[in-house]
Amino acid sequence: MSNSKALQKLFAVPFGIWSVLFIVLPLFFVLWHGLTDGNGAFSLENLTTVLQWEYLKALGLSVELALVSTVICLLVAYPLCLILQGLRKAKGIMIFLLFLLPLWMNSLLTTMAWQTILEKNGILNEILRSCGLPDFTLINTPAAIIIGMVYNFLPYMALPLYVSISRIDHSIIEAAWDLGANRWQTFRHVMVPLSMPGIVSGCTMVFIPALTTFVISALLGGNKILLIGNIIEQEFTAAYDWQLGSALSMVLMVFIILNILLEAFTESKNSRKKVKA
Amino acid sequence: MRENVKKFYLGLIVLFMYAPIAVLIAQSFNASRYRGQWTGFTFQWYAALIENEDIMNAFLNTVSIGMLSAVMATLLALVTALGMRRMGSRGRIFFRGLANIPLLNADIVTGISLMLLFLGLGLRLGYDTILMAHVVINLPYAMLCILPQVLMMDRVCYEAALDLGATPAQAFSRVILPELKPGIMAAFLLSFAMSADDFIVTYFTKGAGIETLTTEIYAELKLGIHPEMYALSTLFFGAVVVLVSLLLFNYRVIRRYRKAEKRGAEE
Repeated sequence: MSNSKALQKLFAVPFGIWSVLFIVLPLFFVLWHGLTDGNGAFSLENLTTVLQWEYLKALGLSVELALVSTVICLLVAYPLCLILQGLRKAKGIMIFLLFLLPLWMNSLLTTMAWQTILEKNGILNEILRSCGLPDFTLINTPAAIIIGMVYNFLPYMALPLYVSISRIDHSIIEAAWDLGANRWQTFRHVMVPLSMPGIVSGCTMVFIPALTTFVISALLGGNKILLIGNIIEQEFTAAYDWQLGSALSMVLMVFIILNILLEAFTESKNSRKKVKA
Repeated sequence: MRENVKKFYLGLIVLFMYAPIAVLIAQSFNASRYRGQWTGFTFQWYAALIENEDIMNAFLNTVSIGMLSAVMATLLALVTALGMRRMGSRGRIFFRGLANIPLLNADIVTGISLMLLFLGLGLRLGYDTILMAHVVINLPYAMLCILPQVLMMDRVCYEAALDLGATPAQAFSRVILPELKPGIMAAFLLSFAMSADDFIVTYFTKGAGIETLTTEIYAELKLGIHPEMYALSTLFFGAVVVLVSLLLFNYRVIRRYRKAEKRGAEE
């Protein structure tokens, strides 16, 4: 029996080899390129280059736009999930599916369609003009990039949020009301803490892709607004400076690791609370 | 009043989510080659779709890479999950963490790191490298679908089959596989969807001379998209809408049937 047990464990060996080769080793390749010069000698030159104003500016702008889109996604998705939670379950899921359906359209094409909508002579401005309102110039501005990010990543915020909000036991909310809490207090002290896992996982699921995108900024920012993703893409496909590109990717990896730690931290805090209760 | 505010809010978000899709569908029927100007209604792009070799090649690549990478990821996830069943919780957490790296990592970092690996190993970027990269990005999703089912699986039925004279292979195919079927199907479908929708990882691992649908779209973006592409994505989106509504309809019919049955039983 214990023999077959050990034998079955061996089933995981192919994956072990696979993950070393295709998950761990590639990341070491990035570190190696980031920490060596063109001849393979160790150097910190790439990392000091990253500290130049041009790259810091792109990084700062990327963080700023990603943060703004994450907050907007949260502010839009939270009321949405609250409304859906108030509906009958089958109806709520049905409407929620309606919001997930656009994910099946290719995101490059939908982002380009936003270009058609936001352009100088685009659909939005045509509508505004026919109403006698002044034009909006949104295309090639950070605002257009934010619209693209919110559009692309809103479902990733809504999904974990909806799951965690619909799991909240309604009797807890009623108990808060019975104990004299008003709507705001119930929201602040009951709903928000109970949906915290969904909030955190939604935020990380939006923040990382928004921080690292190069497609949305290329299509809606008109090549004038460079985000960190655009610079990395150019280093690999146009400038062929793999060392610098890898060093910039290492900066992104720092953000990703911070995100994973944040999520793991809230998860362990939550499960500890549950154990206590 | 409150109800109306809620409805207005939902309507606003639906409008936001579907506005670009409406634009794309409209463009697939637009006689003009250029986006943003409407010159009349036509079906010509749908007819031209079959004859557009670039798009058809990219489509076939997307489908074959999607199928192959989904099968490979699902098999690997299944075998690994069966192995993990026999591990302690520490080993499980470690393996699960490893498998989740590509899921938590940014696509651009995954793509670049795989490109550096393939080139570092002296491989030529092309169909094979895209396929391997797609197995890497599919695997966490396949694991997500299969692992919980494998861990919850009951050993009793399998052992009963053995006691009744089945060989381990028979017991596996007649008892374990049917039990895991929903998870395996979900893993395959989700993997296929992830592979077909991926752009960034494909972009960095594809090399010259081969395109999938997403990279073909990206290449066309600079020169203007061929309107046939709008036709293809409209067809695809339409198919998804039909499929989802059939599923929902099916679900409602089953529910009504069950309700009627219950009522019949009560009487």
